[in-house]
Amino acid sequence: MTTHSFAANRLSAGYDDREILQDLDLTISPGKITVIVGANACGKSTLLRTMSRLIFPRQGQVLLDGKSIHQTPSRKLARTLGLLPQSPVAPEGITVADLVSRGRHPHQSLFSRWTRQDDEAVDSALAATKTFDLAERPVDELSGGQRQRVWIAMALAQQTDILLLDEPTTFLDINHQIEVLDLLTDLNRARGTTVVMVLHDLNLAARYADYLVAMTEGRVHAFGTPEDVLTEDMVRQVFGLESRIITDPISARPIMLPIGRHRMASNETAHVTEKEEKRL
Amino acid sequence: MTELAPTVDLIINSRRRRAGRHAVLLALLIAVVLALFGITLSVGQSFTPPVEVIRVLIGQDLPGTSFTVAQLRLPRAVLSILAGMCFGLGGVAFQVMLRNPLASPDIIGITSGAGAAAVFAIVVLSMTGPMVSILAVAAGLCVAVLVYGLSFRNGIAGTRLILVGIGMSAMLQSVIAYILSSAPAWSLQEAMRWLTGSVNGAQLSQALPLFLALVLFGGLLLSRTRDLEALQLGDDTAAALGVRVATTRMLIIVCAVGMIATATAVTGPIAFVAFLAGPIAARIVRGNGSLLLPSALVGAILVLAGDYVGQLLLPSRYPVGVVTGALGAPYLIFLIVRVNRTGGSL
Repeated sequence: MTTHSFAANRLSAGYDDREILQDLDLTISPGKITVIVGANACGKSTLLRTMSRLIFPRQGQVLLDGKSIHQTPSRKLARTLGLLPQSPVAPEGITVADLVSRGRHPHQSLFSRWTRQDDEAVDSALAATKTFDLAERPVDELSGGQRQRVWIAMALAQQTDILLLDEPTTFLDINHQIEVLDLLTDLNRARGTTVVMVLHDLNLAARYADYLVAMTEGRVHAFGTPEDVLTEDMVRQVFGLESRIITDPISARPIMLPIGRHRMASNETAHVTEKEEKRL
Repeated sequence: MTELAPTVDLIINSRRRRAGRHAVLLALLIAVVLALFGITLSVGQSFTPPVEVIRVLIGQDLPGTSFTVAQLRLPRAVLSILAGMCFGLGGVAFQVMLRNPLASPDIIGITSGAGAAAVFAIVVLSMTGPMVSILAVAAGLCVAVLVYGLSFRNGIAGTRLILVGIGMSAMLQSVIAYILSSAPAWSLQEAMRWLTGSVNGAQLSQALPLFLALVLFGGLLLSRTRDLEALQLGDDTAAALGVRVATTRMLIIVCAVGMIATATAVTGPIAFVAFLAGPIAARIVRGNGSLLLPSALVGAILVLAGDYVGQLLLPSRYPVGVVTGALGAPYLIFLIVRVNRTGGSL
């Protein structure tokens, strides 16, 4: 494993006339898990898509080892930088082994034959994601959790040192969400893969991230360890939500408890009312 | 990951098994094409023993039989195979690239565009030969670009492209009908060719443009098999795998349109062959490798068999497009109903 420097440098990007990212700087720590959080439409997906060259920036650059990724040949880039998009499509009837082997695309050329190295990459991707027993099954017959593991296996077969994932736990049951995040952590620990992902769930983000990026209105609002970033102030400023932060007894990471208007034990109600009054 | 050594063999075996099945299926499809080719040459209005067919094919002159086999049946069979392959390959390329079986060139107006240009060139401009093909290819490309451009909004949405294409197709069909109806002394035979496609009156010289299109565009397309397989997983995934999505898509469109339009300029828009070949091939291949070659062969089978049925097995003679059209229309309805429910892809 080689360590790569990976950073967004004064990045502005958007669609049509809407500018979504504004002059954003972010340096990804090699060999770590970085999780991007933020409210809907804050630009977190746009950031991930721009950093994986799916969107061409208006200004600024995404630098991989000091070189702009938008000027690197795409095949070469795909051997270092992998991406699992939010909704990949599995062709009808494709088997798991076939799908995972497509991750080898950037390592093959027009006339090159399938090599033992390719087979080994597929094998180790299946093993790492515990999908080996599914290898001959059609992807459309699998459960949501299994399917997501297979897609991660495809991204693993690509053997990139950096892996970006856009909400890899969306639509999964909670047990499968944990399974996927554990798997990514294994991968990060065993291979030193740099993982950058967008997650919706703040508490899961805080539990699994080495570094959290909180975004609002196309900018990085806070960046640092989960303890530094996941604060009551941040939740209020980024999500407009009153909350309490306590320590998760299981992971010893911060955990956010939202405060709504209902269903509160009486002293908590008092606590909030007091705060509200103070603000008025 | 520690037990890597033994399991990798299972992976290798599984891959070889898939490749093996693919080879067997290809061989079977080729056998069916050859069988249909043989039947077309020997069993027509009259029966010619296979031995005599072979003697004619290697150049011997048998009075009467030579004319039937070499002048009537052979051009028809050869043209059917080549046109079928062009339609099948061009159709499946679109369907796979846009991940939708409805995105076939004969549904989204490209075939009608090429057909309208060919009819215009022949009827109005009195052109013949290669110029007609060139004009048809150019018109097919224009329609492709137009449909693509009209349905472009923050990237291509499959449904929008298909709806725009269906509208375009209807419009161009009426152009064909208008030119045909205003043409003086136009035979019903010829009109049928441009409305549903036919290999009536086939001549061996017409095979040349088809053959060239297959070699040039088909070869280029086959060389992009892996890129197409990556595109099947979605544009984002393909880009992440190192495919230059926009460039690859342009190349695939040019190749597919080149084949479809060349074939249309020769045989007319043989109904639904481009649309049916891919999905039928997908049922046969069932995840064992690429759909490109199998679809080309299924296209050849559809046209050969459709023409045979239309000429000999029905109470009266019909051009091949009527037969393939009768097959394709119910499938189109089935697909629209099903896609509405599942949003299925190829």
